[in-house]
Amino acid sequence: MQLVLRGITKRFGTLVANDRISLTVESGEIHCLLGENGAGKSTLMNVLYGLYQADEGEIELDGVVQHFTGPGDAMAAGIGMVHQHFMLIPVFTVAENVMLGNESTGFAGSLDTQAARERVREISERFGFDVNPDAVVEDIPVGVQQRVEIIKALSRDAEVLIFDEPTAVLTPQETDELMEIMRQLKGAGKAIVFITHKLREVREVADKITVIRLGKVVGEADPKSSNAELASMMVGRPVELTVHKGPGNFGDEALVVEGLTVHDDLGRVHVDDVSFTIRRGEILAVAGVQGNGQTELTEALLGLQAHVRGSIRLDGSELVGRSVRRILEAGVGFIPEDRTTDGLVGGFTIAENMMLNRSHGEPFVSHGSLRLDELHEFASDKLKEYDVRAPGIATLASQLSGGNQQKLVVARELSRDLRLLVAAQPTRGVDVGSIEFIHKQIVAGRDAGVPVLVVSSELDEVVALADRIMVLYRGRVVGVVPSDTPREVLGLMMTGERPEGAVA
Amino acid sequence: MSTDVSMPIEQTPIAGVTTIVDRKPAVIFGLATAGLALILLFAGVSDDTTFRLATPDDWAELPAVTVPAAPTAWLLVLICALCTAVSVSLLLKERRTPMVLVVVFAISWMIGFLTWAAAGASIPMVGLLAGSLALAVPLVFGALGGVLGERAGVVNIAIDGQLLAGAFAAAVVGSMTGVTWFGLVAAMAAGMLVALLLGLFAISYFVDQVIVGVVLNVLIIGLTSFMFSQVLAPNAESLNNPPRFDKIDIPVLGGIPLIGPILFRQTAVVYILYVVVALVTWALYRTRWGLRVRAVGEHPQAADTVGIKVNRTRYRTIILAGAIAGMGGAFYTLVSVPQFNREMTGGAGYIALAAVIFGKWDPIRATLAALLFGFASNLQGVLSVIGSPVPSQFMLMLPYVVTIFAVAGLVGRSRAPAADGVPYIKG
Amino acid sequence: MSTPDNEPGSEPGTEPGTEPGDTRTQESARPEPEHRDADRWGGVLREIASGRAMTAFLSVLLAVIVGSLLIAATDEAVRDASKYLFAAPGDFFSAAWDSIWGAYTALFRGSIYNTNGADFETKIRPLTETCKFAAPLIAAGLGVGLAFRASMFNIGGRGQMLMAGAAAGWVGYQFDLPWPLHLTLAVVAGMVAGALWGGLAGFLKARTGAHEVILTIMLNYVAFYLLFYALSEQSLLQAPGSLNPKSLPMKESAVMPKLLGDRYNLHLGFVLALVAVAVVWWILNRSALGFRIRAVGLNADAARAAGINVGRTYTTVMLIAGALVGLAGANQVLGTVTSGIGVDLDAGIGFDAITVALLGRSRPLGILGAGLLFGAFKAGGFAMQASQNIPVDIVLVVQSLIVLFIAAPPLIQAIFRLPAKEAK
Repeated sequence: MQLVLRGITKRFGTLVANDRISLTVESGEIHCLLGENGAGKSTLMNVLYGLYQADEGEIELDGVVQHFTGPGDAMAAGIGMVHQHFMLIPVFTVAENVMLGNESTGFAGSLDTQAARERVREISERFGFDVNPDAVVEDIPVGVQQRVEIIKALSRDAEVLIFDEPTAVLTPQETDELMEIMRQLKGAGKAIVFITHKLREVREVADKITVIRLGKVVGEADPKSSNAELASMMVGRPVELTVHKGPGNFGDEALVVEGLTVHDDLGRVHVDDVSFTIRRGEILAVAGVQGNGQTELTEALLGLQAHVRGSIRLDGSELVGRSVRRILEAGVGFIPEDRTTDGLVGGFTIAENMMLNRSHGEPFVSHGSLRLDELHEFASDKLKEYDVRAPGIATLASQLSGGNQQKLVVARELSRDLRLLVAAQPTRGVDVGSIEFIHKQIVAGRDAGVPVLVVSSELDEVVALADRIMVLYRGRVVGVVPSDTPREVLGLMMTGERPEGAVA
Repeated sequence: MSTDVSMPIEQTPIAGVTTIVDRKPAVIFGLATAGLALILLFAGVSDDTTFRLATPDDWAELPAVTVPAAPTAWLLVLICALCTAVSVSLLLKERRTPMVLVVVFAISWMIGFLTWAAAGASIPMVGLLAGSLALAVPLVFGALGGVLGERAGVVNIAIDGQLLAGAFAAAVVGSMTGVTWFGLVAAMAAGMLVALLLGLFAISYFVDQVIVGVVLNVLIIGLTSFMFSQVLAPNAESLNNPPRFDKIDIPVLGGIPLIGPILFRQTAVVYILYVVVALVTWALYRTRWGLRVRAVGEHPQAADTVGIKVNRTRYRTIILAGAIAGMGGAFYTLVSVPQFNREMTGGAGYIALAAVIFGKWDPIRATLAALLFGFASNLQGVLSVIGSPVPSQFMLMLPYVVTIFAVAGLVGRSRAPAADGVPYIKG
Repeated sequence: MSTPDNEPGSEPGTEPGTEPGDTRTQESARPEPEHRDADRWGGVLREIASGRAMTAFLSVLLAVIVGSLLIAATDEAVRDASKYLFAAPGDFFSAAWDSIWGAYTALFRGSIYNTNGADFETKIRPLTETCKFAAPLIAAGLGVGLAFRASMFNIGGRGQMLMAGAAAGWVGYQFDLPWPLHLTLAVVAGMVAGALWGGLAGFLKARTGAHEVILTIMLNYVAFYLLFYALSEQSLLQAPGSLNPKSLPMKESAVMPKLLGDRYNLHLGFVLALVAVAVVWWILNRSALGFRIRAVGLNADAARAAGINVGRTYTTVMLIAGALVGLAGANQVLGTVTSGIGVDLDAGIGFDAITVALLGRSRPLGILGAGLLFGAFKAGGFAMQASQNIPVDIVLVVQSLIVLFIAAPPLIQAIFRLPAKEAK
C-alpha cells in the first residue's frame, strides 16, 4: 500500500501547526519523521489518523483520495496507530482492549470474547509477542502494553502503521526489541511511519527520513547522515550538543541520602534503598528510563511523597518527615518534571506565580496580607533577568509558551537563597533556545556553590550537565559513575546491568 | 487525591510490593458488635420478641417465631463477636475478610438489633420487607439510571429531578388518559427530557456536570411546584387523579412462604424493575454496547481512537438512564400515592445517588444498596408503630451516614469510572 | 467552549514549543477541557468569570422571557382565550399580555417601588424587603463562592444553616444577657456551628479524599434529622409543653435590631452581610490565605509542590465558608423569623446560595449583586403570589434558568445569534 500526503495544512487559531506538508510512504518501508518537540509531527499524524481534519491538502491511499471524518474511517482504510500515550483502557483486559470498536458479537449484541482471545493469541504468536489476552492492562509492564497497541492495529488489518514517539517510555533493551518488531512488520509488507526526535533510533531503522521544523518539511535526509547533520537540520542551525561548563569546585558533602525507600499508597516500592551524596558545587545527574523511580526520588526530596523511609540530610539536618513548606524553607529549590501540573498555576499571573512558594511570610507577605508592591517590583526584575518573554507581569502563565513557562519556574526557584536545587526533566518540551538558557542557569547555580540534582530521561542532557552520573533501575542505584562514562556503558546500566569497572 | 493520606503500611523485606490488608472490616465489625452489646447492657429488655413470617395465601403457613429477647440478642452478639474474631485473625494472617462473613455478620447483627428493638411486640417480617421493597423501588430505578450515566462518564446529580419529573408526568398523563401504561411511558419521556437537558449542557456545552445537575433539580422543583399550584391543584379531578397499577399475584411463586408475598405479589412496575436490573447488568458487562459505554467512561480518548463516537454514546446512555429513572418517578404517582404533590420525592434522588456510590458503580451492588436504604427507612416506620426505643430520625439518617462512611473510605475505597464527570472535547 | 486565555491563537510568539497537540505538556495550550479533578470546577468558573456582562444580561433576559411564557401558558384567562385563538387572536394576545404585564408589575411593586403605596415610606418599603431577603442570600452565597474559589463545591449550605440556626437560636432563647452581648454571642454561636459543620466536610475531604459534593449533600440530611430530633425532644430544643418541632422564641436581647424603625422589616443582618462582602473581598484579594485558596483552587498539585498544605486549605476554606453560611442561618433565626427554631429555617437559602454564587462568578461584589437580584425576585415573588395568584415557585424556575444560561455562553450566543468570539 502506498500512502501519500499532499500539501497538508492544519491551523489552530492563528497558529499554523502543519504548513503544506507532503510525504510519501511505501509498503515494506520504514519512514522516519524527525523533528523537535512541537515541530508538528504528532499533529500531522493525528490528521492522518482522522483525529483532526486538515484545513487544506489531501490524503491518498493507493491513489485514492481519502476523507476521514474520524479514526474509524482511517482504521477502515487500513491505517493503524501506536499512540505516544497508549490508548488503552487500564481496567479492561487485553482481549477487551483489542476488540473494542471492532467487536464480534453473538445473540443480541452479546460479546464474543472467545474470538477476541483467539485473535490476540494468533497475532501474538505470529510476531512472538508473548501477550496474555486475559491480563488486565493496568497490571502489565509498559513494554507489553505497547505490544497490545500493536496487536490492536494488526487485528484490524492495518497496512500502514504509525508509531508516535514509541520509545519514550521504553528501556534501551525494550527499544531494541521494538526496533526488531518494526523490521519484522516491514518484512511482512507493512508501511511504517516512525515519529521520533531521537537521532540514534532513526539511524538504526529508517529507510527514509523526512525532517520537520516549525510545521514545515525542511527536507529529506540520508539514514547514513551523522548525528550532527541530522540535529542541525532538525533545529535549523548548528546545535551545541554540549554545555560549556568549567571544572567543578567541589566543597563538602551537602546532601547525604541514606537508605531512602519510597512506596505508594498501594504498597508498590518505587525507590528502593537508595543512598548517595552531592557535594557543594556539584551536579549529580540521574539517568534511567522513565518510570524507574526518578519521579518518586525527587518528590521524596521535596517531601511530596507520603511513605518515605531512610534519611535525607541537607547540611546536617534531617528532611524526612518535614512538610514541603519546611523543606522549601530549608533552601531546597525544585523544578518539577511537569511544569503545567506541578510547577505553575496556569490561571495565575506571572507575578503571582513568582510568589507561589513564598506565600507564608517575608518578603511578599506580612501579617497575613500581601505586599503587592514588593511582589510586582520583584517580578518585573526577574522577568528581565531570566528572559521570560511576555507582555508583562500581569500575563497569565497559561498564555506563555512552554519554554517561557519553564524559564518562569527556573527564575522563581533560582532567585531564592538555595542550598540544594532539584531539577527534574528541566528542559522537557522546551525549545532549543530555552534549553541552552536553562542549562546555563543550572550550571551558574552549580558554580555559585549550590549542590544540584538533575533528573533527565535524555541521556544527552545527563551527559552534558553531570559532574557525576547516578543510574537508576527499578528504583535501585545501579551505580554512580564519572560523567565521561561511555554511552554504551550507561545504556547497559539503564537495563540494570552493572559492568566491570563502572563504579565511582 | 493523595494529600495527607497516611496509613501505616507493613513493609515486607521482599522488594517490589508490600501487602496491605484492609483493616476496615475488622474495625467495623468490632465497633458494631461493641455498640450492640452496649445497647443491651444499658437498655436491657426482658420481654419476648415475636417474628411473624406468614401471610394468608402461602402454600404452607410458617409458624410465628417467638424468642426471649435478651438471651437471643446476646446469642447474636456472640455470633457477631465470633465473626469479628475470625476477621481479626484473618487480618493478622494478612488475608481478606470474605464476603460470606460480612453477610453472616450483617444478618446476625440486624436480627439481634430487631430482637432488642421489638422486645415485647411482634414484628411482621413480611410487611417489613415488602414495605422496604416498596420504598426502595424508586431508589433502585434512580440508582440504575445513575450507574449507567456515570459508567458513561456523566455524573448525574439530577436523578432527583428525573424522579420528580417522572412522577409529575405520570400523574398528568395518567389522569388525562386514564391508562396507567401511558402514565408510565410519559414518566420515561420526562426522565429522558431531563437527561437531554443534562446532556445539552454537560456534553455539548461542557458545563460542569455537578452544577448542571444541582441546577436542574432546582429547575424541576420550581417547574413542577409552579405547575402544581397553578394548574394541577385547581383541576385536581381531571389532571391529578391518575389510575393506579394493581398488584399482580404471580401464581405459584407468589405462594412461596415469606419470599412470595414480598417479591411476587407486586405491581407490574416492580416486575419491570426486576427485568431492568437484570438487563442493565447483562448489557453493561456482556454486550458490545456495554463494553463501549464503559470504555467511554474510562478513557474517552481511547474509545475515540478506535472509532467510537464518544459524545453520541454518552447521549444515548444518559437518555436511556433518564428513561429508567423516570420510571422510578412513575412509581410514586401510579403505585404509592394517589396523586402528585410538590417535592414529593423528598430528595430520594440523592439517596439513589448515594446508592450509586455505595454500590461502587455496579448495577447489582447499587440495587442492593438501594434496597438497604429502603429497608432502613421502612424499619424506622415499623419500629415507630410498634413503639421502639430508637428515635425515628436516627433511622432516617442512616443512608446518609452510611454514605459518608463509604465515601470517606471507611468501608472500603470505591473507584469511580476514570473519566466520570469529565467532558470530552475533541481536538 | 473553553477559556479564551487557553486559546492557542492568543499565545505570544511562535516558538516551536507552543505548537499545540504535539506533546503532552503542550496539551494545556490546546482548547482541552481540564482533565484533572482539581481543575474541574476551575474551568467552569473561569468560563463564567470570562463571560461578558452581555452574556449575563441576555441570560437574565432569556430566563425572564421563559418565565413569562410559563405564566402566560398557565393563566386561566389566556387558556380560555386560546380556545378561540383563530376567531379572536386579539383576545388571546391581550390576555397573554395582561397576565405577563400583571406578573412583572407585581414583581416590580413587590421588590423595588410600590407605585400603589399611600406615601413615600410605603412606596419604598419593597426595596427594604428586597434587602432583607438579600442579606442571607449574600452571606450564604459568599460561603458557596469562597469554596468555589478553592475549587470546592459546597452544596452543604442547607445543613450548615440548620446547624447554625439551631446554635444561634439556642443561645438566643436560653440565656439571659444584656442586649449587645447576647446578640453578639448568638451570632457567633451560629457562625461557629456553621463553621464546624462545613469544616467537617472539608476535613473529611482533606483526610480521606472523599468528594465534597457527596459529603455536603449527605451532611445536609444528617443535619436535618439531627435538628428534627432535637426539636422533637423536650430535653433538647423543643419548646416546653409543645407538640410541634419548634423551639421557644428568641429573647428580645438576642434579636437583630430593625435598621429603619418598626415600619420596615429590614434588620441588622443586611449590614452584617455587607461587612461579610468586604471581609471576603479582603481575604481573597489581599491576604496570603486568599492567595493560597486561589492557588489550591486553580492547581492543587502546583500548590502542594510549592509548600501549600492543600488539605489544611480545604479544611480552612470550608470552616470560613461554613461560618458565612452560618451567618445566614443566624440571620434567619435572630432577624427574620424570631419566633423560634424550626426545621425549615433555611427556607431554601442553602440551595439558592449556589445560584447566587454562580451568577456572581464567585466574586464578592458579583455575589452582592446577584444576592440583591435574587432577593428582589424573592420579595417580588411573594408579592406576585399575593396579588396575581402566581405561585412563587416561578422565581425558582427563572433563577435556575439564569444560572444554566450563564454557564453556557455559546448557547446564549447561538440563541441571540451573536458572533461567536472564538475562532474555532
